[in-house]
Amino acid sequence: MSCWQTVQDYAFRSIGFGENLLPRSDFTLCQQITLIGSGLIWNVYFGALALAFGFFFAIAVALAKSSRHRILRKPADWFVFVFRGSPLFIQFFLAYETLQLLPKAGVEVFGITVETAWTTRAWAGALFVLFLNTSAYAAEIFHGALKSIPKGDLEAAEAYGLTGWQKFRRIQWPTMLRLAWPAYTNEAIFLFHATTLVFFSGFPAFRQMGDALYYANYFADKTFNPFVPYPIVAAYFIALTLILTFGFGLVNRYLNRHLPSNQKSRIRLRPQLIR
Amino acid sequence: MKKLLLATALTALAGAAMAQDVVRLGTEGAYPPFNFINDAGEIAGFERDVGDELCKRAELTCEWVTNEWDSIIPNLQSGNYDVIIAGMSITDERDEVIDFSQNYFPPAASAYVALAADADLKGVVSAQVSTIQAGYVAESGATLLEFATPDETIAAVRNGEAVAVFADKDFLAPIVAESNGELMFVGEPVQLGGGVGLGLRESDTELKEKLNAAIQSMKDDGSLNALIEKHFGPETAKF
Amino acid sequence: MFAACADPKAIEGLTWAACYLTSGKHIDFYLSFATVLLLLAITAPTALAMGFAGATAARSRFLPLSLLGKGYAAIVRGVPDIVFFLFFVIALDQGIEYLKSLAVCDDHSWPWQGLEFRVCQEAKVPLGASSAIWHQAYGFALAVFTFAIVFGAFAANVLYGAMGAVPKAQLETAEAYGMSQAQVFRRILVPQMWVYALPGLSNLWMILIKATPLLFLLGVKDIVYWARELGGSKTQAYEYPHPDWRLWYFLGLLVFYLCFTKVSEVVLARLSARLSRGQATAGGEALRKAAA
Repeated sequence: MSCWQTVQDYAFRSIGFGENLLPRSDFTLCQQITLIGSGLIWNVYFGALALAFGFFFAIAVALAKSSRHRILRKPADWFVFVFRGSPLFIQFFLAYETLQLLPKAGVEVFGITVETAWTTRAWAGALFVLFLNTSAYAAEIFHGALKSIPKGDLEAAEAYGLTGWQKFRRIQWPTMLRLAWPAYTNEAIFLFHATTLVFFSGFPAFRQMGDALYYANYFADKTFNPFVPYPIVAAYFIALTLILTFGFGLVNRYLNRHLPSNQKSRIRLRPQLIR
Repeated sequence: MKKLLLATALTALAGAAMAQDVVRLGTEGAYPPFNFINDAGEIAGFERDVGDELCKRAELTCEWVTNEWDSIIPNLQSGNYDVIIAGMSITDERDEVIDFSQNYFPPAASAYVALAADADLKGVVSAQVSTIQAGYVAESGATLLEFATPDETIAAVRNGEAVAVFADKDFLAPIVAESNGELMFVGEPVQLGGGVGLGLRESDTELKEKLNAAIQSMKDDGSLNALIEKHFGPETAKF
Repeated sequence: MFAACADPKAIEGLTWAACYLTSGKHIDFYLSFATVLLLLAITAPTALAMGFAGATAARSRFLPLSLLGKGYAAIVRGVPDIVFFLFFVIALDQGIEYLKSLAVCDDHSWPWQGLEFRVCQEAKVPLGASSAIWHQAYGFALAVFTFAIVFGAFAANVLYGAMGAVPKAQLETAEAYGMSQAQVFRRILVPQMWVYALPGLSNLWMILIKATPLLFLLGVKDIVYWARELGGSKTQAYEYPHPDWRLWYFLGLLVFYLCFTKVSEVVLARLSARLSRGQATAGGEALRKAAA
């Protein structure tokens, strides 16, 4: 079987297209690279969506954390503490245990039956956990950035008569993003890395559709040789990390475009906040 | 004084020579009744008894180690232990990379367990990831749901995530028996693999011969059957 | 443990619970907390040392060394730690034994035959005849080293940034006083960089705490291994049969991790205040004002 044929059969195996049965004997390097690459679709899916939803929720939580009202601040504090203070591993486990307690037949809400069976599937359940997790980490980053906005900037805004929403929209928001961006870049990278835990210790794989690590594990088990599949995953992730760094770097340049060039805060890959 | 020192050195040497024969047995410790960690924190189960008896008969000093199932073969290859004794079915794929002794447990039946007798075995079936059962389910046309541990595969049936679980019949039997009629065997048992054997490195032919002879002697005098009956009950297939 | 526990299946209620919670396996579980703490206590300084070496190398004017330092940090950090743990320990173990075999074996044939790795008996680490405790210690050491490599890469990055953050004027002043490069490094740069490195290093410590559940991949029986092992449902083959209790064990772990994180946060906050004293930073300025 040629390599091109393998690619056609397995390139989208992880999302259910192509050959149903995984290769069972005579494993080739081509099969390993193709299938593990196919699994990477899931890593990107989890990472991208959790990051996109999490971004907005994180800003809401960060604002609540900085709020003067106890009633807003306390829940936000606890949310961040619980999700940053415990391993993702345990969060997945507890989420799965809780979700499967939902009645299988669906829940009646105002006379409409809401299906619940899909919540224990990785694409929904794991995404939800990752979303909450990244929101907590990013909220901490944005909260820190809000606190470091120069006092003078805010005073100047008030002197110009900007208050409330106007002040937030024009002054706080752009400055917060600019200050938080390097740390947020790291959070994004580590979120993508954390997606490998989904099938490894969190959720069951359905119809042998899993992420990059799931297929690497499959090959390591079938070929009894861990030294080929795992380095392939590693290489894919290094590439993914480079792409992410580049993309976030472009945004960083945009956010800092008004600053004189020698003051531009370059993205330093510091592990500000990981799980 | 010198003499004393010499004597100590000699015993030390003798000890070293004898200790060369230490054979390390690797098991998983999470697959009762084959092997598990008992409440005292020691490795126990059918394979513990068989392994200890084999070592005695082959005149080897044995030591037990546990290792994750996922990396049990690579660690054997790497020399972290010398024998795998972990309920490992003899299959052609495994036989290509490691050697097996003759089986010490007859070809085991695998079976489906479900909550209802009319369960659809082509529906969602759970199995432990990277077992021969998982491979079988994937090929049977059913929807395979894979979990990392055998415990979770059964929990999945109980809570309705899966219609049935497919695993070794001998592993499932006590669970079904103790479920108060909640769980039951469904469909016909399936024969998979060529029995359970000891896994060895291909280059360790001498050790393999010794252990083969020991297994044969246990088969001949019926002691192996007695151990099987002790751990798996009277209905299990024997030699 | 107690005399009453001799026949666990005959007892009930509180006695059963007391016996159950003091079974040998539970003692192992409690001890594994110590294992995790010990691992953290050894790994943190080791990783810091590797990070320091990495950052110093990356700053070097000698190009290959600088590339080595930067490459180490970039590559190890680009890979999810779990993937790294899955194959690195075996590779490390084989590498060590190969190097030892070059020194002690007569037969220098290539040890990788197909998938099998074979060196002479004398080159095994530890020797096959060593007692189990050595095997465990060696496994533990490999785990510590692997953790240290991964977290050393992160630490290298933090320290590299911190070294760059020390005000240039300070270094130039030192040079003006006639200090050599090594003296500037030792007397000015290193003592001052910690305050800049601390936020990053504190985060790293938090991450390290939360990476310990991955220890079981490295063959060390940690709290997660035992929680899973103890919590799983137990048939009559065990002395204390019970249904699936993993949820309770994992909730216990959750509490442990949350407490540990909280304590760490408090300690690190104090350390940060301590290090900021007398520094020309906003934090130091705040301290000075508070005192005045």
